Amino acid sequence: MQYEAPETLAAAVELLAGTSGQARILAGGTDLLVQLHADMTDPDLLVDIKKIQELREITNVDGRFTIGAAITGAELGEHPDVKKIWPGVVEGLELIGSTQVQGRATIGGNLCNASPAADVVPALIAADAIVHVAGPAGRRQIAVEEFAIGPGKTSLAKDEIVVSLSFPPRGERASDAYLRFIPRTEMDIAVVGCGISLERDAHGICTQARVALGAVAARALLVPAAAAAIIGTSLDAAALDNLAAAASTACSPIDDKRGTIEFRTDVAGVLARRVAKIAYDRAG
Amino acid sequence: MDNSLDMQFSAGDKDLNYVGKRTKRPDGVDKVTGRARFGADTRLPGMLYGKILRSPHAHARIISIDTSKAEALGGVKAVVTRDDFEDRESEFVPAGEMMVNYRDMVRNIMAREKVLYDGHAVAAVAATSVSIAKKALKLIDVEYEILPHVIDVCDAMTPDAPVLHEDLITEGVDPVPTKGSNVAKRIEFKLGDVVKGFEQADEILEKTFDTKPVHQGYIEPHACLASCSESGSADLWCSTQGQYLVRAHCAKLMGMEISKLRVTPSEIGGGFGGKTVVFLEPVALALSRKTFRPVKMTMTRDEVFRATGPTSGANVRVKIGITNDGKITAAEAELKYQAGAFQGSSVQPGCMCAFAPYDLQNVDVVGWDVLTNRPKVAAYRAPGAPISEYAVECVLDELADRIGMDAVDLRLKNAAKEGTQTAYGPKLGPVGFVEVLQAVKSSDHFKAPLGANQGRGIGVGFWFNIGGETCVSMSVNEDGTLTLVTGSPDIGGSRASICNMAAEELGIDVEKINPIIADTSSLGFNFLSAGSRTTFACGMATIEAARNAIDNMRARVAQLWEVPVESVIWENGAARPASSNAGEFDPMTLPEIAKIAPKTGGPISGHAEINAQGAGPGFGAHMVDIEVDRETGHVKVLRYTVVQDAGKAIHPSYVEGQYQGGAVQCIGWALNEEYIYGDDGCLQNSGFLDYRIPLASDLPMIETIIVEVPNPNHPYGVRGVGETPIIPGLAAISNAISDATGLRMTALPMSPPKVLQALKQAQA
Repeated sequence: MQYEAPETLAAAVELLAGTSGQARILAGGTDLLVQLHADMTDPDLLVDIKKIQELREITNVDGRFTIGAAITGAELGEHPDVKKIWPGVVEGLELIGSTQVQGRATIGGNLCNASPAADVVPALIAADAIVHVAGPAGRRQIAVEEFAIGPGKTSLAKDEIVVSLSFPPRGERASDAYLRFIPRTEMDIAVVGCGISLERDAHGICTQARVALGAVAARALLVPAAAAAIIGTSLDAAALDNLAAAASTACSPIDDKRGTIEFRTDVAGVLARRVAKIAYDRAG
Repeated sequence: MDNSLDMQFSAGDKDLNYVGKRTKRPDGVDKVTGRARFGADTRLPGMLYGKILRSPHAHARIISIDTSKAEALGGVKAVVTRDDFEDRESEFVPAGEMMVNYRDMVRNIMAREKVLYDGHAVAAVAATSVSIAKKALKLIDVEYEILPHVIDVCDAMTPDAPVLHEDLITEGVDPVPTKGSNVAKRIEFKLGDVVKGFEQADEILEKTFDTKPVHQGYIEPHACLASCSESGSADLWCSTQGQYLVRAHCAKLMGMEISKLRVTPSEIGGGFGGKTVVFLEPVALALSRKTFRPVKMTMTRDEVFRATGPTSGANVRVKIGITNDGKITAAEAELKYQAGAFQGSSVQPGCMCAFAPYDLQNVDVVGWDVLTNRPKVAAYRAPGAPISEYAVECVLDELADRIGMDAVDLRLKNAAKEGTQTAYGPKLGPVGFVEVLQAVKSSDHFKAPLGANQGRGIGVGFWFNIGGETCVSMSVNEDGTLTLVTGSPDIGGSRASICNMAAEELGIDVEKINPIIADTSSLGFNFLSAGSRTTFACGMATIEAARNAIDNMRARVAQLWEVPVESVIWENGAARPASSNAGEFDPMTLPEIAKIAPKTGGPISGHAEINAQGAGPGFGAHMVDIEVDRETGHVKVLRYTVVQDAGKAIHPSYVEGQYQGGAVQCIGWALNEEYIYGDDGCLQNSGFLDYRIPLASDLPMIETIIVEVPNPNHPYGVRGVGETPIIPGLAAISNAISDATGLRMTALPMSPPKVLQALKQAQA
């Protein structure tokens, strides 16, 4: 197995494009190293992207945040501004693993692992984030909800790398939240995850919303019907009932060792209510 | 046991300097710094790495095994299969609280005719690196004929179930079956007449419960290093609860004389009963004997889950009758315990413990030992007892409700006490169950208010505790310090407790005692650290050895003073004249005696070889407050108190640790832990991600109340404390959920999907 740690994106792309064998990109390694130890993957080439500066930066240009793909949970959590504007994205990333894992696990890694249960992804979808990708043909952008195409599968070509995620600017009365259900209190994988981003007006009416669910389908879902249930309301009981019903309706989960179809469908609605209330309170 | 041992328990703490004190733990610094050596930490020059090829099938006949390609791979030094292990006669020997059969053991360490569970060892390779060994495993061709499998205990008992061992004839049934089945044994314990007893009852309740196999969850995976010499002798280093039993099992399986095999136990990163059997050790020895090079083997977590022993899962029916004033008139139970791939579940202690907390006239308990295509079960703290007592305690709680009696009062009314005739045999000596229940009632926790969606539950537990064969040796060193040699692996703080007892006897500073745990060639036989025996039995041997050393020192001093030995007494760490009649002599301290030992006859030591008898049963109660999230089924543990009779807490911090650890394991067992099998009979959650033991953040501080009703058979009153703490919690948590929701869950684990489903069904 060949290990490379290039310092430029161009060099990384060239390495990926140039190999005939299986290549894997290494960022924090919190998924990849586990897979290597468990003999689940046996790549010919490992490209460590942590030395590429652009992937390690957080920038804020006129309220538009760009977060490098190799930014870790701990780094994002300690950033002075991101947490104020995108608390849901930060809490989604910070829920992953232990304190030690937080020092390594990256936002791009969680996205590229393409788990339907990835914690940061529903929050990113709710936030309407854009994935910036570099490849031999240059750069392109992908809406985050289109990035994963199935469990473990992304829309990246073999020689493409996720560079960063960018976020739209937001108004003053806007916020987001993410909650997941796990049987314990931490160190677990979401049985259901829900991210909601919303904006309210001066009268407390929700004017915009995006609702996303994780672990209830083959990939994280954007649920416009759930958002529609709360837009134009002040999140009264009826609106929350409609939100929960729309969230549950959107689910097409599987029965597996982590939860049943029935449980995931029920809890998706429960979480949607709880998350909406948190995001609404934060926005006020 | 030496009957001359004085029973000092009545002396009271005021007169004790070390017993009952929270002394510094001898192993603490090295464990904190990482210096302590665990099973995987021993290395030798020229060492090879062994890896095991495991069955991907739950049940299959092995048609052929071709190892030629693996053997041809560069760096591979040896391959072993079933052909490298001689078959053994069917012969049961005790290992911890369970019995083992060498015919089965040789098949469990390496599959013979069939693979019997996902993860069953089929072949093993020793190579110059782990990666070469792993590559070699992929080159071994095994041809299987896949057979139907059975995972569930009730399914395994049906007449058309796939049969694991065609020649297994059920014991204990009349008439003797003519055909093999998965039912290894039926056992029954009876007292009085339950039919008459139920006639006297005002209320009768019968319920059936299911529990899942759960793993001990020790953090340290199994690991060993074996080194065979051309001379026929061998060394083995491993993580175990009993180096002498490892020696016995390995010598038997390898056809070695016991004296030729020296087994050195490492520090142990948890065992809880699971490290009382051998898995890797005979395989490593076989690989080393083929190469005459040291062979190191370590399991991955996946291997630990798939191929070592959890405790049984079970199906338990309990029927209890009571009068309106709370007297139990009859108690009946039927226990079906999974043994896994080979017979020998913990159903017998399960039967014996089921109703043991209570003073009953009419009892009938039937147990079944049942094979399934799962790994062979191993001991797990109080093996068998948590399962049966869980079912009993749930039924009793509901009966208390029905007659409108407080749950603790119902248990007090029926509590076993001195003189109670048990259904399993003996009459109880002095026990502390009533005192435990009284401590529950007078605790702050018992009186604390509860909020919405919160509930409180209690459960109780009984365990026998054991003694057994024990050797201890101690040397009085030239500088007046003491080296204390025991053969009992320290799985729960026994070194500290044993040093406390030695210091108390000798009257020296406890920090002048350095304890070591000997290899099998350096000290006589010791039974396993299991059954809550170590502090009791090893403590008794230590006390006897200390008194033997004292007698030797008195003799030396008597010789110096030219007086009879009876004229020299030992008090506060020094030899003194027994009275003024003996003469006027300045006391001689232990260091003074040690210093001149060469002139008085040479080195001074003390030793004891005993078979400790008279272990005192342990009773405990757990009280837990939980809160149920009615929308998700999530159960949060808010408050937890363990109350248990320790007899005498020699080192209270360690006793508390045992209580807390047991409670935490109860929480895991009750709420989330289970082996999840797919339709293919393969284990789906062989790691700590999806096998959910509790995390620190899931837990409140576990409160403890140590009750001390001395065991009259131990000089300081010790009862074992290691097993009982894992018994009461399953029912306590179930009873708390019932209190919060009005629902009785009858299957473990009470995980969120199951609780939510039950809540929805109750609403519908």
